[in-house]
Parts: sequence; C-alpha cells; structure tokens
Amino acid sequence: MAERYLSCIGRLIRVGLTGCLLFTLALPAAADGGELGALIGSLSASDRARAGAAVEALALRKEPEALTALTALRDGLLLVAADGRVLIQRTDGLYDAESGAKVEPAPKADVIVMNNTLRRQVTPAIAALSLRAPDHGVRLSAAVALSKSLDEKLVPTVRAALADEKDPEIKRMLSQAVAQADITSSDPKLRLAAVQSMGASADVAYKSSLAVLTARDAAGNYGERDPQIREAAESALSRIERKELFTRIVRDLFYGLSLGSVLLLAALGLAVTFGLMRVINMAHGEMLMLGAYSTYVAQRLFESYLPSAMDFYMVLAIPLAFAVCMGVGMVLERTVIRFLYGRPLETLLATWGISLLLIQTVRLIFGAQNVTVANPSWLSGGYDLLPGVVLPYNRIATVLFVGMVVAFVNWILKRTPLGLQVRAITQNRGMAACMGIPTARVDMLTFGVGSGIAGLGGVALSQLGNVGPELGQLYIVDSFLVVVVGGVGKIAGSVVAAVGLGTINKVLEPFAGAVLGKIFLLVFVVLFIQRRPQGLFALKGRSAES
Amino acid sequence: MSVRLSALSGALLMLGFGCGQPASAPQPAAAPEPGAAPGAAPSTPAAPAESASADTGPIKVGILHSLSGTMAISETSLKDVALMTIDEINEKGGVLGRKLEPVVVDPASNWPLFAEKARELITKDKVAVTFGCWTSVSRKSVLPVFEELNSLLFYPVQYEGEESSYNVFYTGAAPNQQAIPATEYMMSKEGGEAKRFVLLGTDYVYPRTTNKILRYFLQSKGVAEADIMEKYTPFGFTDYQTIVAEVKRFAAGKRTAVISTINGDSNVPFYKELANQGVKAEDIPVVAFSVGEEELRGIDTAPLVGHLAAWNYFQSINSPENKAFIEKWKAYVAKAKLPGGDKRVTNDPMEATYVGIHMWAHAVAQAGTTKVDAVRQAVAGQTFKAPSGFEIKMDEKNHHLHKPVFIGEVQANGQFQIVWKTEGPVRAMPWSPFVPDSAKKVADWTYPWLCGNCTEPKVALAK
Repeated sequence: MAERYLSCIGRLIRVGLTGCLLFTLALPAAADGGELGALIGSLSASDRARAGAAVEALALRKEPEALTALTALRDGLLLVAADGRVLIQRTDGLYDAESGAKVEPAPKADVIVMNNTLRRQVTPAIAALSLRAPDHGVRLSAAVALSKSLDEKLVPTVRAALADEKDPEIKRMLSQAVAQADITSSDPKLRLAAVQSMGASADVAYKSSLAVLTARDAAGNYGERDPQIREAAESALSRIERKELFTRIVRDLFYGLSLGSVLLLAALGLAVTFGLMRVINMAHGEMLMLGAYSTYVAQRLFESYLPSAMDFYMVLAIPLAFAVCMGVGMVLERTVIRFLYGRPLETLLATWGISLLLIQTVRLIFGAQNVTVANPSWLSGGYDLLPGVVLPYNRIATVLFVGMVVAFVNWILKRTPLGLQVRAITQNRGMAACMGIPTARVDMLTFGVGSGIAGLGGVALSQLGNVGPELGQLYIVDSFLVVVVGGVGKIAGSVVAAVGLGTINKVLEPFAGAVLGKIFLLVFVVLFIQRRPQGLFALKGRSAES
Repeated sequence: MSVRLSALSGALLMLGFGCGQPASAPQPAAAPEPGAAPGAAPSTPAAPAESASADTGPIKVGILHSLSGTMAISETSLKDVALMTIDEINEKGGVLGRKLEPVVVDPASNWPLFAEKARELITKDKVAVTFGCWTSVSRKSVLPVFEELNSLLFYPVQYEGEESSYNVFYTGAAPNQQAIPATEYMMSKEGGEAKRFVLLGTDYVYPRTTNKILRYFLQSKGVAEADIMEKYTPFGFTDYQTIVAEVKRFAAGKRTAVISTINGDSNVPFYKELANQGVKAEDIPVVAFSVGEEELRGIDTAPLVGHLAAWNYFQSINSPENKAFIEKWKAYVAKAKLPGGDKRVTNDPMEATYVGIHMWAHAVAQAGTTKVDAVRQAVAGQTFKAPSGFEIKMDEKNHHLHKPVFIGEVQANGQFQIVWKTEGPVRAMPWSPFVPDSAKKVADWTYPWLCGNCTEPKVALAK
C-alpha cells in the first residue's frame, strides 16, 4: 500500500509540475494576481505561523499555482529572492511562483526553510489540492494521505470530492477520511457509516477513536449511547485487533529470520574453524571486523577512483573481504595455531591475544573512531509488505546473501576435493593422514576458508551496524552460541540454530524488551545445553566423542 | 601520538613566550595573599591530591574522555576541544604565569576503568583539575574517587540531575534545562501537539532517571499511563527493527513523539532503521538529548531532516562569540591535523567543555592558587560570555551552569535549524520538582546548607 503511495507521490509531483507548465503556456502572465500572490508571498514569511496560515489558505484555492507552489515548497525547490519575490527552482532556471514566467537573469535567492509544523500542513494541503487531478494514481495517493488524518477545515473539500468520485478504491479511502470527522457527528446515521467504514479498513490508526465509543466513563455510561453503533464499533475493533495480531506474527517472523541471518553470517566462519577444526578461535570476531573494514576500504577506493559507480562498490568489497580475511587466517594458522592443535586452553589464550593485536592494529591504521560505511542507494529504504510491516532492503539483502554464503560453504564441503579432505580429517585425522591427505596443508586452507567466510559476514554486518575496531567483540559470544547450540561440526545445525535463536529473540523482544529478551535467550540456551550438550545436530559414529 | 605532539608544541610555545615577554611570566606567581582565598573555604582537611610540585612548574590538567569504544564517537571531540582551549590559554600566558599541561588518558568506554584512570590522574600525575566523562555511569564511577581524594571534576554533558557533589562542577544541562523544555515543546502547538510519548533510551542510569522524571512530568500534564511507552536497549545495540515497528504501531491513532536518550553509536543504526521503515519527522518526530552535530557527522542526514534535538548550544547559533569559537576550532583542527579535517563541527558538550576550562582558569587566577578548596570557592559565581551568545554564570549554590535552552531541527547539511529557544539562561534544578522524593531536596554549597542532597541545613554554627 505505502509502496504504491510513495510511487503515487512521485507521480503527483510530476503531474503537478506538468500541469503548471501547461497552464504557463496557456496564460503566459497570470491575470489574477491579487490575493493568490499575497498568499504565495507569505510562504516566505520569517514568521512561520504566518506561512502556515498561507499554506492552509492555499489548500482551499482553485488556481493550479497553489499546488505548484506548495509542491515546490515541500521539495525544497521554493526560493525567495532578495526583493521578496517567490521563485520556483526547475532544472532549466528559476520561475516566478505567482505568474509562472521564467525569471532572467536568475537573481540570488535562498531556499525557503521548512520546519515540522509547516511540513505537517503542507502534506494535507497538497493532497486536498490533488483530489481532482485527472490522474487516478495522484487522486488515490491524495486520498490515502487524507485518510490518515484530516483537518476540520478540509472536510467540506473532501466531502465534495467524495460525492464526485467514481473510482471505488478512492471512494473508500475518501470515506475513511470523512469518517474521522463523522464519528463525532450528532447524526447517528453518519456515525454508524463512519464506524462501518473504519471497520472495513481494519486500519490500526482508527483504533483509539473507536475505543472511545465502546469505553465507559466514570459514571458507567458508554461513549456511544446507540447500542447498534456500539456493536458495530466493537466488531470493527475486533477486526482491527485480529489484523494487528496477524501483522505482528508476520513481522516477528521476518525480523526473526533477519536477525537469524545476521547471527548465521557471524557464526558461519566459526562453524568451520571451531566446528570442523575444533580451534577455539577467539579472534573470529576480528575476522568479521576485518571484513567490514575491507568493505570500508573498497568504498573509499570507489569514492576516489570510480565515484560514478559508487552504488556497486560491493562488487569489489565481497572478494576483497574474502581475500583479506583468508590471507590473515592462513598466516595465523601457519604461524600460531598449528603449534597449538589439541591444546584448547592455549589456543583460547593465543587467539584472544591475536584478537587484541588485530584490534589495536586496526585502531592504529584507521583510528579508534567508527568509520562510515554508507549503504548503496539500492540498499536504502524498504518494501511495504503489509501496513505496519516494512521489510528494509538491507535486511532482505542480508537474508539473500546469507543464503548464498551457506550454499557456497556447502559447495566447498560437499563438491570440492578440499571439502572431501576436510570431512575426512574431521572424522578421523590419523586415518586421513595415513591415506595420504596432506593434513597440514588442508588445515591451513580450511582455516583460511573459515576466516574468509567470516570476512563475508563482515561485509554484511557493515551494512547493518557500525564499523569500528570493537565490532567483532559484539558478535563473538553470539557466534559461539549459534555454533554450540547447532551442534559442533554441522553446518546445517548452525543454520537451524541461528534462525531459531533469531526468531525466539524477536518474539520475546516486544514483551520483554531488548535487554531482558537477550537474558531470557541466554537462559534458554543454558537450559538447552544442559539437556543436550551435543547440540541440535550431533555428529554420529565412533569418532564423534573424541 | 597527536596528544604528545600538541603537548610538545605547547611546550615550544611556552619557551617562545617566556623569551618574548619576560614580564608576564613571574608576576602573578607571587604568593597569594594569605587569608584572601581560604577565608570562605569550609573546614575541609588539606587535600592529599594537592600538587606537591613547586608552584612554578606547569599546572597539570587531566582530560578523561573515551577515545575508543562505543562512546568514542561522542567523546573524542571533547578531548580535542579541551586541548584547543588549553592551547588558547597557554598562548595568552597561561594561568598565574604558569602554563597548563594536559594529561590525556583513555578510559575506553569502560566504566570501572574511568575510576582507575581518575585515580591515576589525581595521585600519580597530580593534576589540579580534571575535565571529563560523558555518560552518567562513568561519572558515577569516578565520583567516589574525586570525593575521596578531594579533587575537582568539570562534567560537560547534559545529565539526569538527582545529584550534586562538592567535587563536581556541572557545565552540562540538568533536566529542567533540556529534557523538560523539550518535552513541553513537543506538547505545544508548534511542536506538533504530541499526545503519546515513546521514551526510548540506552539501558543505564541517565536514560532511566531522565525517563523517570519525564514520566512524572507527563503525568502532571495529564498524559495517561497508557500513552507512554518506555523501551531500553543495551550499549552498542544495532538491531532496531522491532523497536521501530513497535513505535509505529504505538503511534497509530494519536500524535506521538519519541524522546530519545539513546547514547553513543547505537544512534546510527537507530536513525537508519527509522529512515528505512519510512518514519518521517512530520509523522513521528524524534527529539534526542544525546545527538548533536558531531554524532550526525557519521550519518546520511537526508532522511533525518526535521527530527529534533534539544541542547544549550548549536553550531548554527548566530552570535559573534560563536563565530569566534567556530573559527578557533577550525583553525585548531587544521593546525593539529585532526582526522575529519574541515568536516569537523562544534556541539553542545564541546561548548560546555570550553566554558568549563575558561571558568576554571578564571577561578584559579582569582584564587591565586590551584588548591582545590580555594578554586572551588572561586568557581562558584564565575560568569563567562559563552559561544551561545549569553553571559552564563556558575550558580553559587548548586554548582551548575545557568544555560539557555535551544531546540533545533536537523537540516540536510547536518546542522540544526533553531525552532525554539528560551529568552535567557535558565537556572539548573538538579533535584527535579516533579519527582516526589527529590522535590524536597536541596543542593546548596553555601552556608548554612553545605550539602548536595539535604532537606535541611547541615551546618549550624553556634551564635
């Protein structure tokens, strides 16, 4: 709905401007200046209350200049020259807002600054002026805007437009708009119609005005005396509540999936280094951090050398993050970790030391402050699934990305010689070595691939949160949580655990809050591990317990 | 590294001045007139932290701000502006003819580390005063140290009140200088006549206490319990999906305003999520108490236009003092080659730091010594023409600054357009009159009260 609403607003602007251009062609110099000119002039008043009054007055005018001027004001294209003339900025120059004539040479002019009060007045004013637009989409978007809230002064305008409107969808929206005024009317018929139209919309915005009708005051009287209307209001309320519950379930499921995919991205690399190789890798978080910083570097490179292709810096960021982290991982494995196989406590301490080292190195190179990783424009904004459920594009992209990374890991483990060797070593290292598998080399590569995958996770995390030297510390506990719950050594276990934990967290959050929700989750995990120490998916076979 | 460099350059400058103007140096260093300063001082035992070094060496000044971790986004610039102010004072010959020597430490957004670093500054470096802390939890962590060692802390950030320590001068706003006026503005016609309120904060003492005060305040204005939603997130939280969705649901039906006490870098994902979910300022305005020009530097501000912040200073204030302040800052940024370069901005806590250091320097000059007890008496009542354009005063009684209040809307360029302001400086009320328990309490460090949280005077000398 809101998706359509947004695209409608775009169209509304375009139609508004073309409409004005046509008008300009027909009447090069508007004859009727007078009051309209004064109103447009007051838009630039430094007293914002006066400007607000002008907006309200313009909303009731018939002239197309009113709409054009208000649209320009909303978009920050309305300027005021030093001599007080109000001008509209278009791509090819400045136009007088009142006469529509091009002003040449362009004088020095400042943009008229908006504030919230004015913005709140401009949106309904533009909508009211667009109710009679020839374009269906423009009218619909105007009706949608007015159905959210309607100023008393605009009620007659909307009522008149409703009477002339033919399109059923727009009619429905307009009658919802009028219902907000009618629900307090003294005529029971109008009230009933208002309640019914609110009930039909099932829009949560009307919940509070409906609740007034069914609530009892201190004396025990209902807000609505007429039992028939009260009944209608009650059924409307229950419809709204049912829809709210549905919305909530859909929302929590998606948000759970989205949080789960973040957890999984953070944990996948660890599922390889800890899960398959049994290295308690405390430096795993720092691999995420390096991946995020690689994204930052890629972004900076594009900024300097390819500013026109900024939106596609991911193309470089993904391989760069993988390569950097894989490289660092392999160096670590060769220089430190390989000497510590089979000594978990030493590994833990050594990798923790490495993590501090990496944090400090990054701090020295990039500074202690967070760096800005901007979302490419195609990852900004969101998709309106239902009213009240927006799926932000960066979250959708994360879910898709994690799917690809899981497929990639799966492909490596199941379809490549390296994967075969890794699985053989995981099951029985000694036997694998006897069969001629170069275990040392495979260890190095596996650790490298695990680190590289963590780097890919870092790329995604850079799009969701802050990129700073301590980024990894935020995710290290969650990562271990996912791998341990999922069952050490099983990628599928990590997937299920991540999505499960994400969903549980998101279902709990609205009730318990973000802080308590997390605590409940940890309690749940502790109990779960007590009952099932091997995790969700346990390795089977004789080698499993070693 | 840059710290050491600037200290070095300060030292070099000092040499240059010492040669050029031999008259200015030793003159005020002459012994303070006995009796003049300590006359008004209460009978506190001599401070152990007193600078034991000779009275001719540089005066050490502690700077205690997180330069790493979640609060670095906010606190780093306070360290920078403190060094700038110290440079400025040194260029004019220092205080009492002695140069100021900054000692910068990094407590790394780690609250217990703040206390350790504070102790180190006072006992090891023997600093005469400390400028530092941002979060209230860090201030609460260092408070016992400053009280035990009787040293002075200048705290530059707006906070929740409900506190007054004999060892702290509060140059940031108390709730009645920020939170309460901002909430009143959101309820006013021009602020959008909000009927419902979301109190959203990071989970620690400042947001919780502020929201407690705001709850009492809103109730006193007739806002029903059901129209207030209170939510907290941990430090460094990044996943605001559910919270933003809940806010949108809560806002359906009645005009709603979000009052945000989210601190640190969590603000970036929070505002990103607001933009991604299509929340516009004209529908659900967010007024923040911890987001200023510096925090906005790290965010794409286009989708935030119209969201608000309440402060006692904005970079966009049009006053000659502010122009001079910004110019000094830009010059310092260029000179010290600070990261960010010409994109660096000024903000409220920076102004408070600047004012605080100058007031302390004036007080030292007035007291003729850096001794804590004498300086404390001299700071109370100091006035300073602040960059906000007003002559502001350190209250003699409660040791908080009188401050003007401004409310600004975010502009696309990351600056604030001032939409509301008080006529003049407002006196701080550290104990909120809206909270029944604290309404009775008084913070008054003059005779006969001498107490930060009492209901009756503490000292009664025999007649």
